[in-house]
Amino acid sequence: MADAAFLALAVITIGSAIAALEMRSLIYGSIALMGTLGGIAGFFFLLDAPFVALFQIAVYVGSIAVLILFTVMLVKRELIFKKIEDKRRKFAGIGLMLVIMISLGAVFLDSGIKTITTDEPATDFKEIGVDFVTYYWPALILMGLLLAGSVTGALVLAKREDVENDQRAN
Amino acid sequence: MTSELIDFTLVSVALLGIGIYGLAVKRNFIRMLFAVEIIINAANLNIVAFGRFLPHTGGQTMALFSIAIAAAEVAVGLSLIIVAYRMYQNVDIADFRSLKG
Repeated sequence: MADAAFLALAVITIGSAIAALEMRSLIYGSIALMGTLGGIAGFFFLLDAPFVALFQIAVYVGSIAVLILFTVMLVKRELIFKKIEDKRRKFAGIGLMLVIMISLGAVFLDSGIKTITTDEPATDFKEIGVDFVTYYWPALILMGLLLAGSVTGALVLAKREDVENDQRAN
Repeated sequence: MTSELIDFTLVSVALLGIGIYGLAVKRNFIRMLFAVEIIINAANLNIVAFGRFLPHTGGQTMALFSIAIAAAEVAVGLSLIIVAYRMYQNVDIADFRSLKG
């Protein structure tokens, strides 16, 4: 059964996920999203995956959430505090959420997942590092190229063509 | 480890439901990106949780790749938000109509 740390993390994660979507201000919303991402990192610690947990904190909480915060700061102030949503779709959306949660949850509770337990010791994170540079090295290089390509693409997309270089300096 | 696989799976299902609700209801581009992030994190949680129950590091490796690719996706998504905001001075996706004709 679930223990206290698990329950606390579940409440933090799910509560701040709802807060991230429902808070009026986008800035508070992105801070709540940080709570969700940090809660997921806590789950990774509970799952004996400290390497993935620290990677999650470094990449998600450290860079992606800050990137989102900076993007929010570029938006006009009225838009940050304005809730833009379909009123008609709100109840349909809540219904869809409940249907997904209940049906998928019922399927999982009814399946054999419930009886899976393990006595295996946790895998050593040293093995992950060894795997990365031996078995997975082509994938690692591809991932680096993908990251470089996407960052370059993002820079090219966000570049302003109507501003000259001497104007930019001012 | 006292929690079982089913607990993590249920948390993941709850996060997936919340993310789909956000994608269906919200019209703010940035909030929809939040919802996508929540769904990706639910998937990562599931991957690591199932990987814990194998005597193998494959699940954690897969989760690391998934996190890195999600970072690339967010970088492109945010720059698309900036471009669209510069063109329309708004973040409401109902205003982004120029491809609809």
